Amino acid sequence: MFDVLGVPPQVLFGQLLLGLINGSFYALLSLGLAVIFGMLNVINFAHGALYMIGAFVAWLLLNKLGLGYWWALGLSPLVVAAVGVVLEKTMLSRLYKLDHLYGLLLTFGLALIFEGAFRHLYGVSGQPYPIPDLLKGGQNLGFMFLPNYRGWVVVASLVVCLGTWFAIERTRLGAYLRAATENPVLVQAFGINVPVMITATYGFGVALAGLAGVLAAPIYQVSPLMGTNLIIVVFAVVVIGGMGSILGAILTGLGLGLLEGLTKVFYPEASNIVVFVVMAIVLLIKPAGLFGRER
Amino acid sequence: MAAKSHANPSQATIAVRQPGQDNASRLILVGLGLAAAVAAPFVLYPVFVMKVLCFALFACAFNLLIGFAGLLSFGHAAFFGGAAYITAHAAKVWGLSPEISILLGTAFAGLLGLAVGALAIRRQGIYFAMITLALSQMVFFMALQLKFTGGEDGIQGVPRGHLFGAIDLNDPLAMYYFVLAVFLIGFALIWRTVHSPFGQVLKAIRENEPRAISLGYRTERYKLLAFVLSASLAGLAGGTKSLVFQLASLTDVTWQMSGEVVLMTLLGGMGTLFGPVVGAGIVVTLESYLAGTNLPVPVVIGAIFVVCVLVFRRGIVGELQALMARRRKA
Amino acid sequence: MLKSLLCGTALLAVTAGAAHAQVSNNVVKIGVLNDRSGIYADLAGEGSAIAARMAAEEFGNKVTGAPIEIVVADHQNKADIAANLAREWVDAQNVDVVADVPNSAAALAVQGITKEKKRIFLMSGPGSTDLTGKACSPYGFQWTYDNHSMAAGTARAMVEQGKKNWYIVTADYAFGHSLEDETTKMVKELGGKVAGTVRHPLGTSDFSSFLLQAQASKADVIGLANAGGDTTNAVKQASEFGITQSGQSLAGLLLFISDVNALGLQAAQGLMLTTGFYHDMNDETRAWSKKFMEKNGGKAPTMVQAGVYSAVRHYLKAVEAVGSDDPDKVAAKMRETPVNDMFAKDAKIGPNGRMFHDMYLAQVKTPAESKGAWDYYKIVKTIPAQQAYLDPAQSGCSLVK
Repeated sequence: MFDVLGVPPQVLFGQLLLGLINGSFYALLSLGLAVIFGMLNVINFAHGALYMIGAFVAWLLLNKLGLGYWWALGLSPLVVAAVGVVLEKTMLSRLYKLDHLYGLLLTFGLALIFEGAFRHLYGVSGQPYPIPDLLKGGQNLGFMFLPNYRGWVVVASLVVCLGTWFAIERTRLGAYLRAATENPVLVQAFGINVPVMITATYGFGVALAGLAGVLAAPIYQVSPLMGTNLIIVVFAVVVIGGMGSILGAILTGLGLGLLEGLTKVFYPEASNIVVFVVMAIVLLIKPAGLFGRER
Repeated sequence: MAAKSHANPSQATIAVRQPGQDNASRLILVGLGLAAAVAAPFVLYPVFVMKVLCFALFACAFNLLIGFAGLLSFGHAAFFGGAAYITAHAAKVWGLSPEISILLGTAFAGLLGLAVGALAIRRQGIYFAMITLALSQMVFFMALQLKFTGGEDGIQGVPRGHLFGAIDLNDPLAMYYFVLAVFLIGFALIWRTVHSPFGQVLKAIRENEPRAISLGYRTERYKLLAFVLSASLAGLAGGTKSLVFQLASLTDVTWQMSGEVVLMTLLGGMGTLFGPVVGAGIVVTLESYLAGTNLPVPVVIGAIFVVCVLVFRRGIVGELQALMARRRKA
Repeated sequence: MLKSLLCGTALLAVTAGAAHAQVSNNVVKIGVLNDRSGIYADLAGEGSAIAARMAAEEFGNKVTGAPIEIVVADHQNKADIAANLAREWVDAQNVDVVADVPNSAAALAVQGITKEKKRIFLMSGPGSTDLTGKACSPYGFQWTYDNHSMAAGTARAMVEQGKKNWYIVTADYAFGHSLEDETTKMVKELGGKVAGTVRHPLGTSDFSSFLLQAQASKADVIGLANAGGDTTNAVKQASEFGITQSGQSLAGLLLFISDVNALGLQAAQGLMLTTGFYHDMNDETRAWSKKFMEKNGGKAPTMVQAGVYSAVRHYLKAVEAVGSDDPDKVAAKMRETPVNDMFAKDAKIGPNGRMFHDMYLAQVKTPAESKGAWDYYKIVKTIPAQQAYLDPAQSGCSLVK
């Protein structure tokens, strides 16, 4: 077999697969951000904190109510969506007439509150969350050992991402949503309740973050800090992809996961700045982002 | 989902009020403020007041961008903390005098600002904020990994040295008046900028960029220049702080620090000259007070953020000015 | 969330009593300065304050007639806040002793201030060897552990068990590099080899790719030269990828019992680590820890918290023996008296301020072996103090003649 720059192909395949797994987290999170931004014109800084809450709800369900992973997979996004709906109704909705930057500042403050509160209540070392029995163990793929759970993460997030894409681009509800994005006044005039639609969109967007949190719980420590650094990388992903399209957000997320995976093999020290470097390059060549439209 | 276009460009500006033109009362206020600043070290703990001054200058520099050019940078810690490292390194390892060290730090922040600004001004609004945030995170990782910054230990035991080779800055009072002078110079520079033709063009860009372009202004250049100026002044504040505390550490380059300066400015009043000073004073006092209590600091800071954004967007000084303006009308 | 304002100052003894002439301001004031909300809150935090209070209570909250007062503050992991608080404590509040201070940057800043102002500094939380090396102080005592003792201790013990081939996963910043260097030196000195290293950025959440590289190296031991969240994520994912089950050992080079608790035994079982204290070692440690756990919401003491108790107790003993809180006299007394308590036996303090006590190599139990909450470690081996710590003569401290 031939080596690529001194790295055997088996290792390379393994790392690419791992990159894909991380990429699916990026995709889920940046998809949520893109959906929210499209409808509300708000960059949701609290996205990382809500991802963390999603994981914590799963942990609380298991330890306080004895409800396992599969329950959490359904309930936790609902809880996060409910939190999102309350936030949107009581706070965010007051800011739509103002500059969009206020939405960013508000959600930044909310992120600080959530993280600080969970840190105060549960400490920072994190809490363990077991892999569900059904997905324990792994497959020997020849070039690497793939834990079943990681395979599940890729499949689950791809299904959710594509489902969201289909719902928005190919269904009647999605058509309303897109129309409301273009011209809310006109859509309102057609008798569609736009404010409810906005609230629902925010709820759905943060539910995606909650879902990502549940998916992440068995892999990472369930810790109040888990969303903090992730969100900045996801912001960079969003800038690279451009906010223009749902598919763009998904593809950029996956692509950057792969790229990061490769960096971890060839130059591991740079693996967490590679996304930012790519962002700088994209800004120089195509400021609107890979899939964005210049506005 | 299709991108939504700005319905109205003026919507894209942070609500900013023009300061009232009541010159006499303002002169009195400035005089009182100066007298208080000169007397402060005899009443309060000098290091504490110096810290407030450094952060006040930092917040004023940040305010130059958000308040007068309408650009929200979420990465100003990179300039503040970056300059702190350079100044500390110059003073400690190269043995340079304090004023040269601070100037080197400031120059570094200016160059970094040029690089970051050139990239960031290619996009507007929220994108601008996200890009500055991402780039400053890159600076954070570099500060963590580079050898000379000392990783999590930071650069410690930085000598304050002798100003112009004559004045011993280890004397707390000498150091205090040096910091006060630095602050006043920085503040005067900002005041001059805001009230210059350049400042007027910035305001025009903030209010309506397409219109400024159609009037023949090359807005990109103006924005970049404002960014570099703001970054340099943030660097001046950071470099000075590293001499006050005799250390430079990772704290000053984290994105939390970028958030803190946004809070100071927001709380004090964006687009007002004195707002950031007031905001910095409050936030720094609050942080040192909270250190001795059991309240979680981030929660309190976050709550202030939320309250400011929801009900208090003009900030303290902005609200006061609005109140005075209403009185005058009545 | 917003509880009523709690006064962080724990005034233990208000009665001024018969003031002793030799105690400054008629009170011995001990400031516990640490991280109460951030990443070190679980291993130090309020637990360290509880430990300091327990030491004071043993003296009836009084020493040579003067009351002992304990104040606490949160340095939020910021070196400048730590420096500010320490300065203010010393200048304005007559604090005699600063204790704990995890986070090396904060500790180095406080060391500078306590050295200048002549105040005793009892370090339990920070691990940098510079604190008793280049940056040592006649008033600074490093009590519980340092990076050398953690890394070299584990390396030596494991190589002596025949695990000679190492692969090191390092956090890419000064702290991680120093752990890596200490380990590499020790492994090579004892005839082992380091098959490879990989450096990951701080705050990495996904370790799978680094772990697979380590696994492919076929090394006997995978050393984790990182700390906190990085280590726990790495350990958790090593168990997910079946690395420990396949025969490779995992060694945490800086790991506290709070981390093990956070991981859970399922993920942490089999992990090797060095510790300066374990609550379930003998009757004395069990008795003390039982009292501690009652006050600390059932959480067992970390070695940092136990170290705070031991250091404060030793300080108070010295004050009692000298009959004054004069820093020079007390520091001299502390150096000449051996430390004898539930934490350390006949331990001596070096001229550089290092407290030399035995360390222990521990292995994390399997869920089946553990009998209940906080029953986590099997002590495999005692590492004698002389092997655990650097020789003061090689520390680079200017106080060593």
